[in-house]
Amino acid sequence: MSKYYLNYLDELESEAMYVLREVWAQFDNPVILFSGGKDSIVVTHLAQKAFYPAKIPFALMHVDTGHNFPETIKFRDDLINKLGANLIVGSVQESIDQGRVAEEKGKNATRNALQITTLLDAIESNKVDCAIGGGRRDEEKARAKERFFSHRDDFGQWDPKNQRPELWNLFNGKHFEGEHFRAFPISNWTEMDVWNYIKRENIQIPSLYFAHERECVRRNDSWIPNSEFLKLEPNEEIVSKKIRFRTLGDITITGGIESEADTLEKIVDEVSTMRQTERGNRSDDKRSETAMEDRKKQGYF
Amino acid sequence: MIDNNQLLRFTTAGSVDDGKSTLIGRLLYDSKSIFEDQLEAVENTSKQKGHAGVDLALFTDGLRDEREQGITIDVAYRYFTTPKRKFIIADTPGHIQYTRNMVTGASTANAAIILVDARHGVIEQTRRHAFIASLLQIPHIIVCINKMDLVDYSEQAYNKVLEQFEEFSSKLLVKDIRFIPISALLGDNVVNRSQNMDWYQGAPLLHTLENMHISSDINKVDARFPVQTVIRPQSEKFIDYRGYAGRIASGVFRKGDEITVMPSGFTSKIKTIDTLDGALEEAFAPMSVTLTLEDDIDISRGDMIVRSNNKPEPTQDIEVMLCWLNDAPAKPRAKYTIQHTSNEQKAMIKEVVYKIDINTLDRNSEDKALDMNAIAKVKIRTTKPLMVDDYRENRTTGSIILVDDATNETVAAGMIV
Ligand SMILES: Nc1nc2c(ncn2[C@@H]2O[C@H](COP(=O)(O)OP(=O)(O)O)[C@@H](O)[C@H]2O)c(=O)[nH]1
Repeated sequence: MSKYYLNYLDELESEAMYVLREVWAQFDNPVILFSGGKDSIVVTHLAQKAFYPAKIPFALMHVDTGHNFPETIKFRDDLINKLGANLIVGSVQESIDQGRVAEEKGKNATRNALQITTLLDAIESNKVDCAIGGGRRDEEKARAKERFFSHRDDFGQWDPKNQRPELWNLFNGKHFEGEHFRAFPISNWTEMDVWNYIKRENIQIPSLYFAHERECVRRNDSWIPNSEFLKLEPNEEIVSKKIRFRTLGDITITGGIESEADTLEKIVDEVSTMRQTERGNRSDDKRSETAMEDRKKQGYF
Repeated sequence: MIDNNQLLRFTTAGSVDDGKSTLIGRLLYDSKSIFEDQLEAVENTSKQKGHAGVDLALFTDGLRDEREQGITIDVAYRYFTTPKRKFIIADTPGHIQYTRNMVTGASTANAAIILVDARHGVIEQTRRHAFIASLLQIPHIIVCINKMDLVDYSEQAYNKVLEQFEEFSSKLLVKDIRFIPISALLGDNVVNRSQNMDWYQGAPLLHTLENMHISSDINKVDARFPVQTVIRPQSEKFIDYRGYAGRIASGVFRKGDEITVMPSGFTSKIKTIDTLDGALEEAFAPMSVTLTLEDDIDISRGDMIVRSNNKPEPTQDIEVMLCWLNDAPAKPRAKYTIQHTSNEQKAMIKEVVYKIDINTLDRNSEDKALDMNAIAKVKIRTTKPLMVDDYRENRTTGSIILVDDATNETVAAGMIV
């Protein structure tokens, strides 16, 4: 074989850098949607690669539900410091206080759906014309048809049946006043690719991804961490378990799995033998078969 | 997964009911790419629908509307990995009204799988799929003759389809065509070698996909570097730094190479090839890098850096095989924005030379309407020169899209001839 070929990770990396540079060139005020999860961390790392030796030219936008893991917030602030980037925070609590949204009620209440309003408000008030996300097409079936450059109308909505065709590497980011785009540089990565890349590049990720002792409660087949927001049901009890998280969302709904994987090597091994998709432990997707599609149409990440 | 494994992108095309969804489901299932919870969901749905076993086709189901109508209407991407390669499937619908989706899926593919029902043989749609694959210059075509279980795994049935296919494919420009008799439903020759077709000497489908030689499919001769953006750190450490960021479209660049910037024609030498992980001695397609030059010349997005001894043709008049992608047909002598690599200009469709009947491949010089899914040879004039190569030589510098300024929609995709 000729020496002039890239392995799959290098090719995915190069593609993502290309997408990030297109975003920078085609939009006036793009931001990275930063959740503190591994996918947005990888996107941020790729942005460093794409613009080296310059600083990353994007602000990081975080939609803060108020239901965070404290570790996530600390990680976010440390990273911002290291990059010298700007941080924009959209607060769900503020949206609630302003009466823009109402808190869900009942046992399974979450602030997940509320984020949509806060996100769209933050996009509008900061005049963001492109929000870069860490969404991957393998995550969920509604995401399988996402474009790299995904158009949103002036209500922030996605119309899956009326997407712009995307051919070769020619991305069309043209938009009218008030509309915006979402860009997904790691569309073609799988969960496994992300982990292999984190390992290869030795990218810093929050400690929550590594197995650690934690107080939690068994709920819907996963371990929900104890927090100030947790309301115990009569038959539930808090136990201490060695767990880790495969994705990071709100502390109220992100379930951990029992695991001994406390190094990147062990995580990669564990993920490669795992037979559950990663979002399986998030109760927001379990609500119905089309939960993700419905939220995405409204403007979700 | 081994570190030097490559990525292979392929599309699948077939008529409704040829077994495309079943085949993809089978590939995902037999290569153990399906997770427990996905499997559970599909098992539940299969039961509800009254299927005996797992309906493999359900693994590739997409958006809700499609589930309700039971058809695929957009390009959906699927992923699976084997110990040898990572695969990306662009799953596209087969019906004529979705030609644009097929073209989209084909534009980035290294290989195309075309499904043929062994009982029906080559039909109009098969010809269209093969034509699109050749038009988009997909380097490898694999014709899967499916449902062999329904024709008693007969060699004659297989040979008949093969002959029918070769009869017209000889007119197409395809470098590599292979034929594999399979049963997507039962798994023959998909991942595992069939026990029912001793007469077939070739490899099963997955083995073929894993071992196909793809590194030579990228043009490594013509060095082309479309500039995406200029990097100016303006930090103390890099005070005068001016780098040109881009993804190498084709060829190889080395430190010290004599280069020409197009369209200005200024020449210089490559001073460094920079990456976050350190400077490189050489870089090749499709790497994303940043180049710095020995001389201070004015370069911006849309310019192209090329090796001085091998330059593309700067031209304002191009001939293109155009595929119309929009509901609204082209207006006569209408103006559009044309995107070619990172270069963007205004353009006008001057003339439709002929339209292709994509079922018979006949040229039609009477009906020249550019409406949805039409494929036509057209002449385009641009306001400023584009640095183009023939699409057959270079898929990146040979391709364009047209954007309608009134709607901002991507209305057409073209291959420069
Ligand atoms: N007997 C047999 N049936 C098949 C085979 N492949 C697919 N089918 C059946 O053909 C029908 C259409 O298959 P499907 O995968 O949905 O076709 P698509 O429309 O091309 O995606 C389904 O009932 C499948 O079970 C095969 O190899 N043998």
